[in-house]
Amino acid sequence: MYKIRKAEKLTSNIYSMVVEAPRVAEHCLPGQFIIAKMDEEGERIPLTICDYDREEGTITIVFQPIGASTEKFATLKTGDAFEDFVGPLGRPSELCTDDLEEVKKLKLLFVAGGVGTAPVYPQVKWLHEHGIDADVIVGAKTKDLIILEKEMEAVAGNLYITTDDGSYGRSGLVTKVIEDLVAEGKQYDRCIAIGPMIMMKFACLTTKKLNIPTIVSMNPIMVDGTGMCGACRVAVGDEIKFACVDGPEFDGHLIDFNVAMKRQAMYKTEEGQALLKLREGDTHHGGCGNCGGDK
Amino acid sequence: MADVLKKVPVREQAPKVRATNFDEVCLGYNKEEAMEEASRCLGCKKAKCVEGCPVSIHIPDFIHQVKEGNIEEAYRIISESSALPAICGRVCPQESQCEGKCIRGIKGEAVSIGKLERFVADWARENGIKPTAPAEKNGKKVAVIGSGPSGLTCAGDLAKMGYDVTIFEALHKAGGVLVYGIPEFRLPKSAVVEKEVENVKALGVKIETNVIIGKSTTIDELMDKEGFEAVFIGSGAGLPMFMGIPGENANGVFSANEFLTRNNLMKAFRDDYDTPIAHGKKVAVVGGGNVAMDAARTALRLGAEVHIIYRRSEAELPARAEEVHHAKEEGIIFDLLTNPKEILVDENDWVKGIRLVKMELGEPDASGRRRPVEIPGSEYEIDVDTVIMSLGTSPNPLISSTTIGLDTNKRKCIIADEETGKTSKEGVYAGGDAVTGAATVILAMGAGKAAAKSIDEFLKNK
Repeated sequence: MYKIRKAEKLTSNIYSMVVEAPRVAEHCLPGQFIIAKMDEEGERIPLTICDYDREEGTITIVFQPIGASTEKFATLKTGDAFEDFVGPLGRPSELCTDDLEEVKKLKLLFVAGGVGTAPVYPQVKWLHEHGIDADVIVGAKTKDLIILEKEMEAVAGNLYITTDDGSYGRSGLVTKVIEDLVAEGKQYDRCIAIGPMIMMKFACLTTKKLNIPTIVSMNPIMVDGTGMCGACRVAVGDEIKFACVDGPEFDGHLIDFNVAMKRQAMYKTEEGQALLKLREGDTHHGGCGNCGGDK
Repeated sequence: MADVLKKVPVREQAPKVRATNFDEVCLGYNKEEAMEEASRCLGCKKAKCVEGCPVSIHIPDFIHQVKEGNIEEAYRIISESSALPAICGRVCPQESQCEGKCIRGIKGEAVSIGKLERFVADWARENGIKPTAPAEKNGKKVAVIGSGPSGLTCAGDLAKMGYDVTIFEALHKAGGVLVYGIPEFRLPKSAVVEKEVENVKALGVKIETNVIIGKSTTIDELMDKEGFEAVFIGSGAGLPMFMGIPGENANGVFSANEFLTRNNLMKAFRDDYDTPIAHGKKVAVVGGGNVAMDAARTALRLGAEVHIIYRRSEAELPARAEEVHHAKEEGIIFDLLTNPKEILVDENDWVKGIRLVKMELGEPDASGRRRPVEIPGSEYEIDVDTVIMSLGTSPNPLISSTTIGLDTNKRKCIIADEETGKTSKEGVYAGGDAVTGAATVILAMGAGKAAAKSIDEFLKNK
């Protein structure tokens, strides 16, 4: 069992948990993820690592309940435990594994959308600890969905917050902020955009226009997370990659977001859900935790 | 008097009934039937059957005990050679191993060795007979990676010799392919697999789940920091292969691994488990091996009409004869000498059909089998809503890419000596699918057994 040392609600629907998992904490790096399973009947749910403490042997996960299984996760309290918790899975961010001197030369821009702020945070923190200050844009629909603001402020070079409805920070989508920053004379050698698929798609369209190479983190349907099931295959350029072993981070300009989103849309739209119900009976309830199907 | 040339028939669930449930197909012998079948054994002095068994079970000896009604003694004899008899009795390809060599088989049907082994193992389990841990421990730590057939066998054998063995399993449940791959109706999980895993634990073996070697820790760390003096890699063949044809990324296309893992490991067929699975109406399974049969028969039980698409003819089907026979009885449709060209998708990127081409057999290829070639102009389409690709797997590079000095071949398989399991790295042994590519449970067990023996020799002389 993997004990939850601290469970807290960050906003009305985003949760944070510090989980005891010494083997994961000893070996993980930013960009990697874990798979958690609550009990015998539960699904295996992939979640990106938000923070880790090697000394304490703990991993911090942050999630937004988007299906039956993550709804159940949200009911766990401090002192409860996950039956299974495995990782670190996937490859670390290249920024943490490439030659540090080369990385230091890069002007970096992170773009985080909603709960995607959680996987961006450890990367920015790691870079900060290694003497690199990156600019960070955090975008969310509304003020209530902004998370980790203080933590991010402590490690980012410049932090730009924007909300779609203008309730906090700048007003408008992250793509607008990217364009504004560049118009203001900022130059970036690389962008790392993590958030909902639609945000990553438009961030990539914007950075392509601005000629900024861009990395995105894909979070497709997954079962085992070790390369065994092939469910997480993603079209990257002409190649088929498995997000769990080849990713989760890929060159965003090579991802066919329309194909990737079609797969997710099956779970997301009413039409898609109705179709699924027709085709697959009652077996799909959005419980996979990946698609946001029933929210 | 029964016909001595024929096997005592084994009771099975009727095809129509079993096609709608996940209960075990074969019901096995009772004691009376087992004793009668055992009496067909000629008790050969130079037993060919033993030569055909990858773990060299003393077959005539255990069968003799069954004939006499001494089932406990029969179990003891089998246990000397095999840690997983209830599993082997169910999933070994006996027709090409022990039973394939049986002298009875020359002029009639071979003795039903597999069914007898199964009976003995089931009887022992039902009567609470368990292997016991050795009294003396030698205090030497050995790590086993993977809790599938090779890992469990290697760990069991080493524990019997007194070693302190820990198995590291990547998934949340022990058993490897026995739990994620082979379906319930062929190999019951809680009744059989879990019990045999318990038996291995009863020998003193520890199992740590949720540890991915190469990620959660590495072989070098296990040896340098955690005090393991030798390591056996039985990590299996993990990565599913795809054909690379158009439409393969559509919704409704699965690898057999995904489909079976959802169903078997995650128990998606049960309402009380959360993991979803596709319930297709019309399913095409591409491939002709045991895994293809398992996927097809699972889809059938979930309510689909199922077609097996296989590019060679029936004679070349790699699956066990019994599985093909059962699949046919249950109503699986075999589209033989047929190969997919394209998966057809609708406007929502869902599978709506599959375009196939007829094949004929040409000259033998490297595998010795006649190579299938397309018949020009023979393409046709069938409507399906689900496609399951069962084309085999290749080893997962997680371990080989993170272990210093461990050599692999061009197929990414770990290079290990066939006799000893020795790899290029001192103290590290390997066997099973990680070495051979996808093969059978019993061959993996044989490799685990051989490695246990050489690990013992290595550590004794260290």
